[in-house]
Formats: sequence, C-alpha cells, structure tokens
Amino acid sequence: MIETTLDIQAIRKDFPILQREVNGKPLVYLDNAATSQTPQQVIDVIVDYYKRYNANIHRGVHTLSQEATDAYEAARQKIQKHFNIAHSREVIFTSGTTHGINLVASGSTSFLKEGDEILVSAMEHHSNIVPWQMLCGRTGATLKVVPMNLEGELVMEEYHNLLSDKTKLVFCNHVSNALGTINPIEEIIEAAHKVGAAVLIDGAQAAAHIKADLQALDVDFYTVSAHKMCGPTGVGMLYGKEEWLKKLPPYQGGGEMIAEVTFEKTTYADLPHKFEAGTPNICGGIAFGAALDYMNSISFDAIAQYEDELVRYATEQLLAIDGLKIYGTATHKTSVISFNIEGVHPYDIGTIVDKLGIAVRTGHHCAQPIMDFYQIPGTVRASFSFYNTKEEVDKLVEGVTRARNMLL
Amino acid sequence: MTIKEIQEEIIDEFSMFDDWMQRYEYMIELGKSLPLIAEQYKTDDNLIKGCQSKVWVHAELDGDKLLFTADSDAIITKGIIAILVRAFSNQKPQDIIDADVEFIDEIGLKEHLSPTRANGLVSMIKQLKLYAVAYQTQLK
Repeated sequence: MIETTLDIQAIRKDFPILQREVNGKPLVYLDNAATSQTPQQVIDVIVDYYKRYNANIHRGVHTLSQEATDAYEAARQKIQKHFNIAHSREVIFTSGTTHGINLVASGSTSFLKEGDEILVSAMEHHSNIVPWQMLCGRTGATLKVVPMNLEGELVMEEYHNLLSDKTKLVFCNHVSNALGTINPIEEIIEAAHKVGAAVLIDGAQAAAHIKADLQALDVDFYTVSAHKMCGPTGVGMLYGKEEWLKKLPPYQGGGEMIAEVTFEKTTYADLPHKFEAGTPNICGGIAFGAALDYMNSISFDAIAQYEDELVRYATEQLLAIDGLKIYGTATHKTSVISFNIEGVHPYDIGTIVDKLGIAVRTGHHCAQPIMDFYQIPGTVRASFSFYNTKEEVDKLVEGVTRARNMLL
Repeated sequence: MTIKEIQEEIIDEFSMFDDWMQRYEYMIELGKSLPLIAEQYKTDDNLIKGCQSKVWVHAELDGDKLLFTADSDAIITKGIIAILVRAFSNQKPQDIIDADVEFIDEIGLKEHLSPTRANGLVSMIKQLKLYAVAYQTQLK
C-alpha cells in the first residue's frame, strides 16, 4: 500500500478517459509529462461555455460577451492567485509554454547587443534552446550552456563561474521533462540578479507537481501550459514582472492589443492586452482556471506526497529488472522515470508495452542534447500523475519485463 | 519467384499466428536474421528519414536485378525492413516500381503499428521504390 490522504479511486472516476481500453486492455496512462488527462469538472466547463455563453470578449456590450469576458478575466485572477502573482495584468494568456518563451525571446531583441551573453541549462527542452539561438542570431549575443553531471543535476559551480556582467538573460526549466530533475531555481534567480541578468523559468513540467510562489521566487518570467495540469491544450500563461513587460515590445500586432489606430500611428493597449493580439482561446482560458480549481481542491501538498511515494515504488520495482538503467537520478526530482534496458532500443519497448495498453513515451523527448550527453538514441519515459496507482506501476513493470524477454 | 509470389508466401506465414504476440515474436526473429548491411554503407546518406529509430538501406545492381541490404538499431523495425527486403530484393527495378504493397495490410502490420512507426514503414517503401527508379534510369 502507498500511504496517502487522497482517495485515488474516487479521483480516477473524475477522468472519463481512464475508463477506456487500449488494445483490449485497460489503459495505463503513463505519459503525463507529455500531457495530463482532463477531469469531467473541466470538460463540463468547456461544454458549458459553448452551450451557454460562447462570445467574443472585451468589446461586446451584449450579455453573452459580458459573461464570457467576466469568466475569462476570472480565470486570469485564478492564475494570479494560484501562482501568487502581484497583479493580474502581469498574467499574459498564451497558447502554451513555447509561445511564452518565444514572446520573451522575440522581445529581447530590442535590448541585446553583440558581446552580451545568454545562459541556458544543459537539460533544456528544444523549445527553450531554439528561440534563444534565433535571438543570438539576430543580436550577435552568445549562448552559453550550464553543464550537468551524470545524475542529471546542474553543475552549480559552473553556473556561478559563467555569470558575469555580460550575462543579460538566464533560462532554465524548473523541472526537466526528460529526467525529472527539480532545478535549484531559487539559487539560479538570486545569482543572476546579482549580475543584473533577467531570468525566465520554464515551468511546464513543474506546474502539475509544484505550486510555485512567483513573488517569493522573485523570478522575472515564468511560463506554463494548461494541458500539463489537467487543462486543455492550446492555452497557457506567461508571467512577467510589470517592469519587464513594459520594457518588451508587443509580440504580435492585431486586434485587442491596441489603444488607438490610425494609418500614421498606433498606440498599444495597457498590460496584459498589449501581448494578447487577436481573439484568444477564450474557452481554453476559462477551462485553465477550472483545472487550477480542480487541482487545488485535491491539494498540491497531498499530490506531491503521493507522487513521491509512487515514484519511489516504481523506481525500486523497475531497477529490479535485469539490465535496466535509469537516467536522471537527482536527489530532487518529480514523477518522471527515464530508462533503458541494456541491448534494447527504447522504441521496441514502447511498441510492445503499447500492445499491453500501457502508454509511455519513447525517443529523445525533445531534448536531444541530453541524449547526446548520455550517448544514447533516446529513453523510455514513464511519467506519473496523482491519478496513477501502484497497480499500474506493477503493470508497467510486468510489461517492460515481458518486452525485455521478447526482445533479448 | 516474383514479388507477388513472395508476398503471398509472407501472407501465408503470418496467417499461422493467432495474436499480436506471436506476430511480433516472428518479426523480432526476422529482424535478428536479417543479413546486415556492410559497415561502410551505414552512412547518413543511407539513413531513411521519418523513422524514430535509425534505418539504413543500401542498394546495388547485380546484372539486371537490384539487391537491397538494410539494418536498424531497433529490432522490430529491423523485422519490418527484413520483410520488405525479402519482398523486393533481387528483383528487376521495373517490377519493384510496379509492385503494390497491400500485403502489409494483409499481414496485419499497418493496423498494429503506431502512427510514427507507420510513417516509418511508408518512408521505407518509398525509399526502396526511389532506389528502383534511380537504377531503372541507369539500366536504360
């Protein structure tokens, strides 16, 4: 038994998809780091929006538009409260984490020059590497990489050495999607600020496991996707300190983001609308708020406690399989287990366990530099959520063992 | 044997299996028995794009027939390419170009393969046919 205050079986009933079968077997969904599943409570909010008050927001005087605007802005306030953000105008709705990163990268062009330096960690997702490479290409700034060790932890000594008065921006994920490592972002942020650099933290993988207090962190930018935390795809949020958001130019031009337009000149709207051109994902934003309500009703402390136990159990059981090696053994990690079996391609394991109804991810997890570091083509990644059970871990172990026996 | 005859033989073999387990076990076996590609041909040029695992295919003419050798770093993928090599190797380029690939459906591969894998399968077939087109031109 795994000790928990949560009623996991009752929670599972909230997720209709967990009742389905795959290849004739009950679904065992262990790809939560790619996307989490959606509870009925959030699905209901989506359906209710389209059935009752679907309308464009912010401009209409009619009732539906007012209702939709109120619900959308209420969601913004839920996000503000959840992440302990000082002002709701510092919450920018985006299409997801990648959008948030690109918004900041694009805007940073205006204040970077040749000779400036940008630091990224060695364990970034491609979405937190490519935009900065593009930014360096535009400005002549240099990209420097903070290395990691074999356990999958950042070498903080090197980080401190790399920081200098040339450093203008630092980017790091809160939690690594490929390894599950929780990075010491408090230390990263504090040290960057001492040399006057701004910090963007990619919170995509952390959001479902850690309730980040953004004022306490004193971070400059923080970005997440709703679909990693029981919300819908295609919506997310970018937090930026007001001073930074005022400094950055608008990312896209269009409706919603303007104050006045003539053919000679346009003045931009105030925050947050300056960064929200066009009709946003209204329903998605409202459902994002509902997803936060849902997760908070369960409690992030209880979720973290349960997931820690579940991952500890899974790690123990998986390591008992002959030839199995886990990548990412940091002291502080969340519910991701990346592994390989000696002599077996991760893709073959993924294919066989899928036949058994088990969903895991295989491949490089959009983090090729990490795979290059370990000199492997990829890994099998099982990632857990609070609705997963000990029995599902047992099925995974059984499936992987079966795959191993077939493949070797 | 013609391509059609070989394909029918493969369909016959697969029809003996009752479930996916046996089918995959057979593919794994085929993968293990695939004659390996010579090391010098395992180059980036011979890599097929569109597969999550690496697949190398090399083609060369032997008289008027085209010979394929192949390899993959994943064993199930290797089994699939082994089936394709068996169906298309040592045949005239024009016959390879004209051949249909419905036997893939009939042996239950397509429906049992994940979407990315299915794309890999499509890419593999496309690559074999492209080689055939190239050598057909050379033969003329």
